[in-house]
Amino acid sequence: MRAILDSLGEHFEPGGRLERLYPLYEAADTFLYTPGSSTRGASHVRDGLDVKRMMVTVVVALLPCVAMAMYNTGYQANLAISMGANPLDTWQTATLGYLGYAAFDPADIAGCLLHGALYYLPVLLVTFAVGGNCEALFSIVRKHEINEGFLVTGMLFPLVLPPTIPLWQVALGIAFGVIVGKEIFGGTGMNIFNPALMSRAFLFFAYPAQISGDRVWIAADTSVDGTSGATWLAQAAVDGPATFSAGVTWMDAFLGLVPGSMGETSTLACLIGAAVLVLTGIGSWRVMVSGVVGSYLMVQLLNAVGSTTNPLLNVPFEWHVVLGGWAFGLVFMATDPVSSAHTNAGRYVYGFLIGVLAILIRVINPAFPEGMMLAILFMNMFASLIDHFVVQANVKRRKARYAA
Amino acid sequence: MEHYLNLAIKAIFVENLALAFFLGMCSFLACSKKVNTALGLGAAVIFVQSVTVPINNVIYNRLLDEGALSWISPQLAGQDLSFLGFLCYIGTIAAMVQIVEMTLDRFFPALYAALGVFLPLIAVNCAILGGSLFMVERTYTLTESAVFGLGSGIGWAMAIVALASIRERLHYSNIPMSLRGLGMTFVLSGLMAIGFMAFGGIQL
Repeated sequence: MRAILDSLGEHFEPGGRLERLYPLYEAADTFLYTPGSSTRGASHVRDGLDVKRMMVTVVVALLPCVAMAMYNTGYQANLAISMGANPLDTWQTATLGYLGYAAFDPADIAGCLLHGALYYLPVLLVTFAVGGNCEALFSIVRKHEINEGFLVTGMLFPLVLPPTIPLWQVALGIAFGVIVGKEIFGGTGMNIFNPALMSRAFLFFAYPAQISGDRVWIAADTSVDGTSGATWLAQAAVDGPATFSAGVTWMDAFLGLVPGSMGETSTLACLIGAAVLVLTGIGSWRVMVSGVVGSYLMVQLLNAVGSTTNPLLNVPFEWHVVLGGWAFGLVFMATDPVSSAHTNAGRYVYGFLIGVLAILIRVINPAFPEGMMLAILFMNMFASLIDHFVVQANVKRRKARYAA
Repeated sequence: MEHYLNLAIKAIFVENLALAFFLGMCSFLACSKKVNTALGLGAAVIFVQSVTVPINNVIYNRLLDEGALSWISPQLAGQDLSFLGFLCYIGTIAAMVQIVEMTLDRFFPALYAALGVFLPLIAVNCAILGGSLFMVERTYTLTESAVFGLGSGIGWAMAIVALASIRERLHYSNIPMSLRGLGMTFVLSGLMAIGFMAFGGIQL
């Protein structure tokens, strides 16, 4: 392997035939092996953790969510079909038929996994093909390295999409997120907004029909019978807390066996991811903790206010955290080290406001039941302002200390 | 009370003058290089906005609107002077801006110098005139227009301060040559507007 890379390498060195494509070679090389170069100059950090390892750790933390994404997408589809919905007339259904899983049995784990994978993997492939090409194009033209920042963006993006999303929209969304959300700022580490969120927000506002409503969350045709394809959050907007007494259990929502975006239904998987991120010190526990506190206080406030016209006001806290993208957003999106606040004090404020805003948008804005994504995007905008004030306060304190 | 609170929230977030209506773009883009300048300009806009909108409300309801003059004499009830609207509103705004300018020049010379030509330009800032025109169009009462003026000013100030802090952070970014400066600021305002769409559609 090393030998192959080295023999290919000479073509990419300055003066070689493929000099312009050097970033591609460099990416493949350092992804497989430790980078050969080390820091020069005075600031020498002796640490095995560089941007690459860091991003790969996030990908590892995401794996439980990916597994749940495949299983739950298939499970929801099979469940709906077994309850009377028609399978979608797509190549996925045809493939399942060839492979002998056309029974659509929700109890069949392998069948569910396969069914879900047939929806999840194409989205993932398109994301990496299109987004990766945008990234490679920019690094070749602008002569910077390709790095694993995109790996995380590319993993996150499919997980926040509904299974029935058209693939051309996936391509458009990720291209927008990578180019406008990140590359024009100079690439990984220099962006202001989280590129994965930017992609999703772009799709959400540009093509609301395919990414919101009651029909998109289950990969089966639910229009024929009485089965509802709505997410529980959307149902709660209509029925309030009564939704949760009608035969659904908190455990289902916690494990993620509910309709929703592919990877964000399972709070358990997000918790595992959170544990990995916090233990390795990559995700900021300050953002997560203050986010939980913010949401908790906001829910208590709204419950106390109460309302007869808006049932969502009465939904208790333990349900808010297991529904929709709350957990996923807080663990993987809000803790993004680049687009969140950079100071520790700032992170408390940042996380707290995300928690408050997410619940607020979710509850009082009937147009967008999914407040988490928008709350994080909104706070990305103010992260640098929070930092500014934290730094100013620090400057002031130190001035006062040395003046004495 | 709740009504006024709703109105203020609507003016600050849902109908943000800068990022939902894209009013006052010239100073929004030009004065957002540094957070401190942006804070100063934001404060000036909040002040001018929250003073001029109620004053223009009084002018409109007591002098310009059809039948508004009837408090002077019943014979004037048929007069409709609303065609003088723009003239009067701009007059009020210009007078207010002059006062702000003199105050800043006297007490905060550094801020006065930093804002430069954009301070007198508040007089022709479309966000300020827009505030007064929205007030007329939506037939706000005096209290409502005071709340609306304050709220829309705060919303605009918040947007420009956020933009300024992001632009300060962009010093560390490696933006393509062709996009540096204003180009990037335009893109940023667009992205920020997407963020502000979080509040779009809230019915209060």
